[in-house]
Amino acid sequence: MYVAVKGGEKAIANAHRLLADRRRGDRSLPGLTIAQLIGQLGLAVDRVMAEASLYDQSLAALALKQARGDMIEAIFLLRAYRTTLPRFGASVPLETGRMQVERRVSATYKDLPGGQLLGPTFDYTHRLLDPDLLNETAEVEEPARRDGEAEAVMRVSDILDREGLIEPDGEMPEDHVPGDLTREPMEFPMPRDLRLQALARGDEGFLLALGYSTQRGYGRTHPFVGEIRMGLVEVEFEVPELGLTLSLGEIRITECQMVNQFKGSAKAPPQFTRGYGLVFGQSERKAMSMSLVDRALRTGEFGEDVVAPAQDEEFVISHCDNVQATGFVEHLKLPHYVDFQAELDLVRRMRARHKPAEETTEHEEAAE
Amino acid sequence: MNTAFADPDHAGPPDAGEEKARRKRDLDLLARASRAELEDLWNGLDDKPAHQRLRGPETGLVMVRGRIGGGGSPFNLGEATVSRASVRLADGAVGHAYRLGTDRRAAELAALIDALAQDAGRRAVIADRLLAPLAERLAAEAAARAAETAATKVDFFTMVRGED
Amino acid sequence: MPDRTETFAGGFANAVFDSQAVFRTLMDCMARPGQTGEVTLSLAPPAPLGIAAGAVMLTLCDHDTPVWLSPKLSQSPVPGWLAFHGGAPLTTERHEARFAFFEGRAPLPSLGAFALGSQEYPDRSTTLIIEVASLDNGQPLTLSGPGIRDTAGIAPNGLPADFLRQWSGNGALFPRGVDVVLTAGRRLVALPRTCKITAKTLTESVAETPASEG
Repeated sequence: MYVAVKGGEKAIANAHRLLADRRRGDRSLPGLTIAQLIGQLGLAVDRVMAEASLYDQSLAALALKQARGDMIEAIFLLRAYRTTLPRFGASVPLETGRMQVERRVSATYKDLPGGQLLGPTFDYTHRLLDPDLLNETAEVEEPARRDGEAEAVMRVSDILDREGLIEPDGEMPEDHVPGDLTREPMEFPMPRDLRLQALARGDEGFLLALGYSTQRGYGRTHPFVGEIRMGLVEVEFEVPELGLTLSLGEIRITECQMVNQFKGSAKAPPQFTRGYGLVFGQSERKAMSMSLVDRALRTGEFGEDVVAPAQDEEFVISHCDNVQATGFVEHLKLPHYVDFQAELDLVRRMRARHKPAEETTEHEEAAE
Repeated sequence: MNTAFADPDHAGPPDAGEEKARRKRDLDLLARASRAELEDLWNGLDDKPAHQRLRGPETGLVMVRGRIGGGGSPFNLGEATVSRASVRLADGAVGHAYRLGTDRRAAELAALIDALAQDAGRRAVIADRLLAPLAERLAAEAAARAAETAATKVDFFTMVRGED
Repeated sequence: MPDRTETFAGGFANAVFDSQAVFRTLMDCMARPGQTGEVTLSLAPPAPLGIAAGAVMLTLCDHDTPVWLSPKLSQSPVPGWLAFHGGAPLTTERHEARFAFFEGRAPLPSLGAFALGSQEYPDRSTTLIIEVASLDNGQPLTLSGPGIRDTAGIAPNGLPADFLRQWSGNGALFPRGVDVVLTAGRRLVALPRTCKITAKTLTESVAETPASEG
């Protein structure tokens, strides 16, 4: 129960002033610039964009600065901002096959057209803290270059598809309009396109834990990374007043094709099935987790039993949004004075009724 | 798609298709021009025509779609900020521009340049001062990224198994 | 390029503030059926779309709201104007439309053919914007229902012939049903689905006089 109370205005104003002070910190140090955040904490900026479901590096960096580095608070800020903007329309679907690739690895084929391109990865680092980074003016080497004609980077799923060993890309019914959970309330069962939208903006930690649970046996799917690719893709938009499809610029995304063994069913022969992950920014862990969970959520489609949390779409989709989750969890700290008074009263009355019963029992026991 | 604009303003002349393709190339480039590059061109023009704003400049959202499995049915991935502007010059030429991000001034400058570029003479100046160097810069950046990525390509070699 | 001017010109001078002002007017009118609102800002929708109807169009219609246009409006420069300034998609399916627009004297199809919403989501219905010649020199009508203290009166001139019969059928569907905005030039009046409309006969108007004064 909520009761309107007044008071606290001055405390709130001063709390916000204190927040601004703590955010700024030591005034003898230079303040952070948005360009620094984008340039040097780019993966944090990427995560804010992915989970806010809004691609804009500058705004995401601003949100991160305003939130003092609190990711979920930053995501919340950016989500709130996007609600103030009109929507011009939907893009032409991204062509990830035409990506300007900055990283591409496959765990299923060693030698594949385009090769294994490691890109800027933490993989194979020794996870030793680097004291050189304590010096903010230390020189950093320019990246190595290898010139020559770039080989086309073909999709791994196309290689398996040639033999018919893998299911094709996911197709919705002919006249299906892509659902949008920012416009219509969620309903279950939910079609795969909507689930992918929910997962793409879902909390990385939550999806990581669910993906991990499938590997440990809670809804096992025998996954292999068919391919992970990260790089720049064009955003194209049909402009009716020009009668043209324009390219509005590039965004960086990460895509994961998870290949899963499938022993077949009455309807389908044994083949590989796929989980799909697509995420704004450079975010491999998120894309991989998403593809594991996408596959787990297709349990019903393959006639498999729902035996684990990661396969339960209502459980997964209803709880993967960290802004929703934090809203409900954090609301518990708001004044519940009246509820609690009612509970206090209730517990006191229950205790009053409970006592005589206890005493009676004791008396009876004593009598025996 | 709304067909209200199907075959908009260039119906008639035989080179309409070519002009449309030219305009798309220019607009795609303008969407990638920095604010400074656009300002430099604009400030360098000796006769800036008066213009009227038809729509915007304004910032909104475009829902970016992906495809299930990479090539299947579309789904909504998330939105991106987009700024756009439509202007009309005193001589009647209408210019439009769209670009990612929130820079409304850049969108308006791009729309002005689009309107100006419909005159072949001015287009030559714009191509010379802005579009050609811009295309060169973008190509160089893409080539650098490609070469840096290529340097991280794994060259596998098989270890010879010992049999002595 | 004969259609360019009409397509690109005549929108809101300041989209944000102008649409907020029109929204406020419309909201007040929806809350008080029978109250006349007026669009005073400068706007030049292409004929035969009226100024108030055009203002409502640019205020309420956007990318997420499919719009149905009467045959005559569909043939006019209105689709291009709406697409450029409002970004709304057109639909030829009445039951898919969130908004439907009619120029003056356009025949009115069955209201039941438009989206009526569902029991769970009665808001997923069509709002019809119907142009009439005038709001106050036609047949006197008595309005009652939520937002009206006792009764209110309007006298639209040029209302489609069977509107009253259709409207009572619409009211029977509550909470489902369509809402209507009548426009006449710069003026508008809102008829939400909860509004009861009766033709004012001479005896009724006499009988009602004391009540409405009381």
